[in-house]
Amino acid sequence: MPSPTGPLARFRRSHEFWLLAVILAMSLALSLATDSFLTLQNLFDLLTSNAFVGILASGLLVVLIAGGIDISFTATASVAQYVALTLGIRHGLGWFALFAIAGAVGIVCGLINAVFITKLRISSIIVSIATLNIFYGLLIFSTGGNYITSLPKFFRDGVSWFEHEDASGVPYALNLQILVLILAFAAAWLLLNRTNIGRQIYAVGGNKDAAQRLGFHVFRINVLVYGYLGFVAGVASLVQAQLAQSVTPTVLVGKELDVLAAVVLGGASLTGGVGTVFGALLGVALLAILQNGLVLIGVSSYWNQWFVGLTILVAVSTTAWSERRRRAAKAIN
Amino acid sequence: MNLPAAVSPRTPLPLLRFLRGGAVPMLSLVLVALVAVFWLLLGDRIIGVGALQAMAFQLPELGILSLAMMVALLSGGLNLSIIATANLCALTMAWVLTTQVPGAQGFMWGAWQVIAVLAGVAVALVVGLINGFVIAYLGVSPILATLGTMTMCKGLSIGLTRGNVISGFPEPIVFLGNGTIAGVPVALIIFLGLCIPIAVLLNKSPFGHKIYMIGSSEKATRYSGVDTRRVLLGVYVLSSLLAVVAALVMMARFNSANAAYGESYLLVTILAAVLGGVDPFGGFGKVGGLVMALILLQVISSAFNLLNFSPFLTVAIWGALIIVVTALGVLLENAGVSRR
Repeated sequence: MPSPTGPLARFRRSHEFWLLAVILAMSLALSLATDSFLTLQNLFDLLTSNAFVGILASGLLVVLIAGGIDISFTATASVAQYVALTLGIRHGLGWFALFAIAGAVGIVCGLINAVFITKLRISSIIVSIATLNIFYGLLIFSTGGNYITSLPKFFRDGVSWFEHEDASGVPYALNLQILVLILAFAAAWLLLNRTNIGRQIYAVGGNKDAAQRLGFHVFRINVLVYGYLGFVAGVASLVQAQLAQSVTPTVLVGKELDVLAAVVLGGASLTGGVGTVFGALLGVALLAILQNGLVLIGVSSYWNQWFVGLTILVAVSTTAWSERRRRAAKAIN
Repeated sequence: MNLPAAVSPRTPLPLLRFLRGGAVPMLSLVLVALVAVFWLLLGDRIIGVGALQAMAFQLPELGILSLAMMVALLSGGLNLSIIATANLCALTMAWVLTTQVPGAQGFMWGAWQVIAVLAGVAVALVVGLINGFVIAYLGVSPILATLGTMTMCKGLSIGLTRGNVISGFPEPIVFLGNGTIAGVPVALIIFLGLCIPIAVLLNKSPFGHKIYMIGSSEKATRYSGVDTRRVLLGVYVLSSLLAVVAALVMMARFNSANAAYGESYLLVTILAAVLGGVDPFGGFGKVGGLVMALILLQVISSAFNLLNFSPFLTVAIWGALIIVVTALGVLLENAGVSRR
């Protein structure tokens, strides 16, 4: 049986199509069931409060496509946040310097991961569990777990571009969280789809040995992807600190599996070579809308996690099941 | 074909050969070195009876959880849901213990405690079957499947208890976590009582051999006529059942249960197993190596505690240790001649 191969037909068979359908159905149901879901206010709140997870997801996606995994990025973010804002306060630094320091600290942490993984040939999950403990342990040990609450005024005020008031006088603006979220996904999309390096990342993740024989430099790609995730984690950490209006070194670690869940829901494979930026975006959106919707229809927030877990389990099971059926059908033909 | 003597690998130094014997020799060498250093710093405080007993109380929780993780790792998988399962089981047991036992008299007082434990085991069985079914029969990668069940179990625990603690258990339960028999903590006896049958199961039984085979190559094992799906189902049920024992020891020690106890142990169990020589990709690893790794981690933690170092420094050192030990292993393999 010949299968249609146009771009639209291909999209309809893709993981992203089903994810988008679920999200649209959920959004439609929520818009009908509540007055507060489909409002500009709620949309802005959703984007702002999920920006941290979303930004990290865009970075983790790159590592997963390259065939690796990293769960140390929350510790990296905590270190970057603390270092950047401590130096920033001491020397009166501005936006650019803050982001440069946080990004640089993130890159260094990412490089440490890349060196251990490639040069010592230890599996990436073990290395990143170890470095998570090392970064986090050393941070709390050397800071005593103290908060930083007296952030500079310009940092507390954040960014508000294109300010605009609606009919009832509520102001909306493009804030730091939404701005960086958009930039992060745009950067990941450009890196993966519009650069030669992006093709190399997919190639190394798809089949490392073959890519190596074709002359791709696996160590260089690893340095790039882990460094990239580190950089993204550093940037995300400042976005989170601006939203929280403080630096708490203990609050970020523990969120790494949430980010992993979002990226994987978006169709990225843990074995590498598979995954799209659009998918990751939808994965983050699905979990965000689900939790937001549950609160809006009045389900106690204590049950949030149960629904998230159920969604993950159902999603990964149906994906695996349809994959298995497709492979079986191919074998018969 | 016999190779001429000149080409055959030259015998490496005895020490090198000893260290290449696997995780246990290497870890024992590290342990001896560390104990010597700590002894110089702390004197008898680190190897006195009091210190040993304190270590013996702390080790079993992480130990049993690490066994649960190890079983899954050996099969080439991973079980992220062990802590969440343990907490859900502990809450189930705690609920029965606090609602039924105080009012019961005589025989029923004991019977309800047994029922409580059985209820916990039943919950563990259900979680294990879900994990096993999704991984073995639907073909979901173990990390994702157990990430889902972990979030679900924790969500269920939080939803049902609203994050509250259930505490106050009858004497016999508390004894499991805090009692001693002839100076040896009951929890340690339980842990060792698990290690031996698990070691026998893994190394001497057909089920155990199949776990190692699947860990080395699932496809090859399936083609050699093993029902790999049933074995994997068994692996995750076993892992869950070990988690419920950990739940019992943990709730007994704290005399309470909560949705979020012991969460920081999750990644440490993987570290302990891998430090103990378990291959993170499956197929290799022994219970003896895991026990050595646990003793090593516990000695570091106790010594740092006596030295008044922050517990977070301990965590950092644990992380560094695994990288150093694995790196040493890689270097040793490359040193001199290759392993035969």
